[in-house]
Amino acid sequence: MNHLPILSLLVFTPWIGALVLGTLRKLSPGTARWLGLLFSLSTLALGFVALSSFSAANPGMQLVEDLPWITALNVHYRLGLDGLSLVLVLLTGLIAPMALLASWRVERSPRQFNALFLVLQGAALGVFLALNFVHWFVFWELSLIPAFFLLKIWGGPGAARAAYQFVIYTIGGSAFMLLGFAALYAATGSFDFQVLATMAADGSLTTKLAGLGHFWPQAIFLGVLLGLAVKVPLYPFHTWLPPAYAEAPTGLSMFLTGVMSKMGVHGFLRILWPIFPAQLHAAATPLLWLALGGVVLGAFAALRQTDMKRMVAYSSINHLSYCLLALFALAAGSTSPTAGIEAVSAFNGIALQMFNHGLSAAALFFCVGVLEDRSGGKRSLADFGGVRTAMPVFAGLCGIALFSSLGLPGLNGFVGEFLLFRGIFGLTPWAAAIATLGLLATALFLLTFWQRVFHGPQGSGVAKFRDLSGWEIVTLVPAIALMFVLGVYPQLLVQLFNPLFTAWSAHLP
Amino acid sequence: MNLLPYTIYLSFAGAALSLAAGKRSAAAARAVALLTAVVCTGISLVAAFEFTPAAGLQTLVDVPWIASPAIHYHLAVDGISMTLIVLTGLAATAGILFSWNIEERTGEFFAFYLALIGGVYGVFMSADAFLFFVFYEIAIVPKYFLIANWGSTNREYGAMKLALYSFAGSGLVLAGLVWTYAAGDATSFGLADLTRAALTLPAHDQIIIFALVFFGFATLAGLFPLHTWAPTGHVAAPTGASMLLAGVVMKLGAYGCLRVALPLFPVGFAYWQPALAWLAVIGIIYAGFVALVQQDFKFVIGYSSVSHMGFVMLGIVAANERAVSGAVLQMFSHGVIAGLLFAVVGRMVYERTHTRQLDALTAMPLHRMLPCAAFTFVLAGLASMGMPGFSGFPAELTILIGTWQTSPLLALLAAVGVLVAAAFTLRAVQVSFFGKTESVAAHAPTSDAAHHFDCITWPEKLGAMLLIGATVLIGLKPDLLLNWIVPALQSPAFHAVLKGGSL
Amino acid sequence: MNSDYAQLFHALLPETALVCGALFVLFFDILWARHHSTDRLRVAVMLGLLSLAFAAYLAIDAGTPGPQFGGVLVVDMLAQVSRVGVFVLAGLTLALLPGLTRLRHSAEFVAIILFATVGFSLMGAANQLLLGFLALELASLSLYILAGFDKSRPESAEAGLKYYLLGGMSSAFLLFGFSLLYGLTGSIELDHIAMALHQTSMTPLLAIALVMVLVAFGFKAAAAPFHLWAPDVYQGAPAPATALIASASKVAGFTLFIRLLWPGLHDVAGSIASTSAPSGWLTIVAVISAASLLLGNLGALAQSNVRRLLAYSAISHAGVMMLGLGVVVTAGYGPILYYSITYGIATVGAFGVIAVVDANGGCQRLTDLVGLHKRSPLLAGCLLVFILSLAGVPPLAGFFGKFAIFTAALKLGGISGPAGWLALLAIAMSAVGLYYYLIILKQALIVKPTEAVTPIKLPLPATLALVIAAALLVLLGVFPSPLLGLF
Repeated sequence: MNHLPILSLLVFTPWIGALVLGTLRKLSPGTARWLGLLFSLSTLALGFVALSSFSAANPGMQLVEDLPWITALNVHYRLGLDGLSLVLVLLTGLIAPMALLASWRVERSPRQFNALFLVLQGAALGVFLALNFVHWFVFWELSLIPAFFLLKIWGGPGAARAAYQFVIYTIGGSAFMLLGFAALYAATGSFDFQVLATMAADGSLTTKLAGLGHFWPQAIFLGVLLGLAVKVPLYPFHTWLPPAYAEAPTGLSMFLTGVMSKMGVHGFLRILWPIFPAQLHAAATPLLWLALGGVVLGAFAALRQTDMKRMVAYSSINHLSYCLLALFALAAGSTSPTAGIEAVSAFNGIALQMFNHGLSAAALFFCVGVLEDRSGGKRSLADFGGVRTAMPVFAGLCGIALFSSLGLPGLNGFVGEFLLFRGIFGLTPWAAAIATLGLLATALFLLTFWQRVFHGPQGSGVAKFRDLSGWEIVTLVPAIALMFVLGVYPQLLVQLFNPLFTAWSAHLP
Repeated sequence: MNLLPYTIYLSFAGAALSLAAGKRSAAAARAVALLTAVVCTGISLVAAFEFTPAAGLQTLVDVPWIASPAIHYHLAVDGISMTLIVLTGLAATAGILFSWNIEERTGEFFAFYLALIGGVYGVFMSADAFLFFVFYEIAIVPKYFLIANWGSTNREYGAMKLALYSFAGSGLVLAGLVWTYAAGDATSFGLADLTRAALTLPAHDQIIIFALVFFGFATLAGLFPLHTWAPTGHVAAPTGASMLLAGVVMKLGAYGCLRVALPLFPVGFAYWQPALAWLAVIGIIYAGFVALVQQDFKFVIGYSSVSHMGFVMLGIVAANERAVSGAVLQMFSHGVIAGLLFAVVGRMVYERTHTRQLDALTAMPLHRMLPCAAFTFVLAGLASMGMPGFSGFPAELTILIGTWQTSPLLALLAAVGVLVAAAFTLRAVQVSFFGKTESVAAHAPTSDAAHHFDCITWPEKLGAMLLIGATVLIGLKPDLLLNWIVPALQSPAFHAVLKGGSL
Repeated sequence: MNSDYAQLFHALLPETALVCGALFVLFFDILWARHHSTDRLRVAVMLGLLSLAFAAYLAIDAGTPGPQFGGVLVVDMLAQVSRVGVFVLAGLTLALLPGLTRLRHSAEFVAIILFATVGFSLMGAANQLLLGFLALELASLSLYILAGFDKSRPESAEAGLKYYLLGGMSSAFLLFGFSLLYGLTGSIELDHIAMALHQTSMTPLLAIALVMVLVAFGFKAAAAPFHLWAPDVYQGAPAPATALIASASKVAGFTLFIRLLWPGLHDVAGSIASTSAPSGWLTIVAVISAASLLLGNLGALAQSNVRRLLAYSAISHAGVMMLGLGVVVTAGYGPILYYSITYGIATVGAFGVIAVVDANGGCQRLTDLVGLHKRSPLLAGCLLVFILSLAGVPPLAGFFGKFAIFTAALKLGGISGPAGWLALLAIAMSAVGLYYYLIILKQALIVKPTEAVTPIKLPLPATLALVIAAALLVLLGVFPSPLLGLF
């Protein structure tokens, strides 16, 4: 390792910040918030440093750090960066400070809030950068703890139950994932993702697992799948999400939807896709139906919500299910001869959709948070109306976020969705057809939101709503600006991962 | 290394001194006890640094003791013993720190405590079956007195049940060992000689003797369905004793299974292996579910100990190198974690709130009143759940890998056990400390807040830091212990039994 | 013949010393101590102890070993160990007396103890049926008197009477059995009996003789089903008397019967190595052992009087010792002697503690022991050692005794024979036993007294006796080889 350990710095700087905040008990709330923001911004700064040493044309892992850790189990501490992880690191670097800014006015123990948040941020970064299952799993599980406490202590009235459900579901899935990897280790002697991927590619993994007999190789695959599926979430393992997102404080909701859900999708791409291509292909059709369930039912459920936060929560399920849909379509159609071109499109779509959804969903939660703040805690659709006249700036910015989520051409959401659908249509046309129902429902509920909240007769008390304060504008504008920029010039992001995915598509199983 | 036997002698000497010091004052007794424990821990750590892992037992002392039957006073250690000796030192020191508040008959308390510790050190170092048994039984009587006199809920019943079960278990062991010695015409009671003698016995006899010895040891280890003494006894015991009992003494049983039962009777073990594996797994899951519905905080921890010991037993019974090394690591890990859990529940919470009922604790916002205890309990709970970063994770992972190699189905059920453990631990943490979390900043202090609980005292903080440090250190660097354990498992004594065949 | 008499005199020196000592105690009491009533007991005890010490020295330095006087006595290792053991136990009993008893005729008490010891000592050396019977009667009569010595309590008189009646009956059985043996073999010397039995096989008459002898043996050892006297006697007799009855009479009794049964009657012993082996008196011994183990332990569970509890525990220990008798064929005399001597020490100690507590407020029920740890930590500590030794907890002598016997039993025929089953039963029952022993300790060490308790001051001799007894138990437990190695 002959370069600066940027990746370790990325992961551990927020944790150092958490330690500082945790031990200095006498900090004033203001200082605590500023310190928290500072450490959170370190991710963005270090992300740019990494970007500068990153060469996109190289599809392999870069800036790799490798230290032997647990020799008895052949475990190495190994971090690496490729286009996919870089994009997610940058996303985290954006969303985290945004969420902290959104929580600026949290009254209760801001020092502990910021400390826990920084732990969460570090853990998420660790997940994106880890290349060996053991510490990947460490970061994966560690992210649950601060999320649990943030949710439980700073959340709404139903937070206790939501937090408990959230953690138990995730740990439940992780337990089977742990078992799956234990089994993989027992068969192959390695926990390393790249080593396992190589074994899968040359067929030696199948031979090794075949020795187990019965249905155990499939069981291992299902275990790993389960652990990842709960996190994204994949229908029907999604029931923890709406309560958790709804009860969480605004900043946490933003981070949960913006970054934590991406941990799941990233896991699918980093772990499941390279190591279990054959099983994915075999299970592709049922999985496609599940993803479709998420897409369609998620959108229709959002349509029926009156609580705005739950609406955005269900819409997250919908948007993330698109990513999974594309992946499963890739799995299903990978054997067809023309798969290569569609595959690049699908992969790019997934990555782009992850980034875009992160931006737009976080922005939407922030907007709902603003509304909740102005109205003194209410967030039902019926409580608002005609907000546009009282808060024009807010209406403008929020509108852009809404339309980005909708996928309006000219904004970032469109490019991602377009690439996704192109890929899915090329690989499994029937799935694309059904998924358009989801598009329809999404459009419906987002427009309903727009109409019921911002237009129409003014709800009670709306006239007294103040427009966005300076801080709030600072929070929202960067995201909105990016939505425009990426809508017009998506190449800015795509160039980072296109070569990677082209290489992946060339070696479709 | 040669100082290691002094841990035994110093502990017993310290017990006598504590008794005498207690006549002067309680503080003198505490000081003597703590000094003894710290010195013994120091000796064990020094020995740990000098220890070079090797495949067989390294003899410390070997003198002929009794002529007929031939018995040697033979002390020896290998990596497995070293791990457990270090654990004993840590748990003992922490236990004494957490018993700092015992005011009544303090000298006697610490005398019994140190006698128990001396017996435990002796068991881990014995290489002669008779000596092993003697130390094993020496440990029983102090347990009874510690619980019956200084305990809490149902203490006389709990103490008697614990003592009788332990004694009955050791009776079974005695029967098996003496039978082996007699029928196999062994030349002495040394473990090596007994192994040779055992191999000459007919297979049918080996199967029965193995059952006697294994179930005798497994009683103390809390294998289902012989575990019922454990929750009652541990709940009844005073905090320092619970820490030691659940943390170290239960490991005596598992150690006995590993050191004595398995190497001596591989044929018997092969016959019983499927049944034992199922019992272990049932124990993990059943105890987990029972823990989930308990109303008394301490009972949750008591049943969680049974569940975690189920993992240890599963690892031992899976009988391949990976699984057994995980089991020994889990012995260390659970020893530390159980100590932490009992310390928080018994000392930090109960001493101050005088209740252990979860629905009573929920009504007080404990995390505000006892923030230090809340923090410690969260960490202990995470460790208990097998959260990565703490020692439980590498231990359970290794056991899962090893169990998978023997029987994938059992590994799957064990993974379910991990999930149940997460559920009941989280429930306990949440309900006890974080019951009421709504912001009360806007309201006037309620009558609850008028309870002024004493700050956590320095012995408690020291003890907690010691244990947390241990679990985090091993969680981040399990190699420290695995480098001792794995070579020890390559000893010829284990060859016959660690074949790692599938069930 | 002259040399024989000289030899005989030499061999009987210990007993002579004791008789002289007893007579001297009586004379001294009549002449001098009667007028100094405060010192009577102490002086008597001191004289008694001196004579015991002298007798012990004489027993060790016993002159030529081997049969004496034409086979009437035999001076061998068994006899020596048994004698010294009995003297030690009697000495411990005597040392417990000063300051503790409210006996009116203290010198007579001491003298009778010495006479009983003479009987025990002779029992250890007897090699002839008649001498054995005489010695047994001497000891028993002395014990009957001791049991009924406390005239201030009716229970003592009842105990003495019961002991006398049942003991007398058992003596009758014994005599009848002996006479049958004489009739069948033509001799009363054990060596000649052995030779005679070598040529005959089991006949109904021989069987009856054996049963008679074993009935008496069972009575003496307080083994089931001949145990009915034990709880009442242990409860009613004065505590020091019980101490002697429970300890020294067991040692001496077992020695006598070992010598009778093994060298004497071993041809008709049968075997308990397996169920298909020929049966003989060993089979009966096995049955007695099993019955004692079961009845003793299960009976003890229900007791609320500490002395009766110890009586039932004595029955269970007798069961183990019966098993020890059965293993002499493979393991020699070592295990059984070790066990009986260490059991005796532990019992003397336990009853000694009871005697002290009795003198300071009464000690009959278990609850009378409450608060002992406050009243006298030394007593509580000693009681802990004694009870744990009885329970068989390492590293005390009681544990090693059991261990030695079980090892020898399992060596006989493995698990599949009666010996093995008995060993397993004994191990199982010792777990039951721990329960009631812990109950005693619970009362003494744990239960908090509801009213204020008075401290107990121990006189020096009693302290010494108890501490020496406890120390012996620990030492013999950790280093059993010196005692075991004698055989």
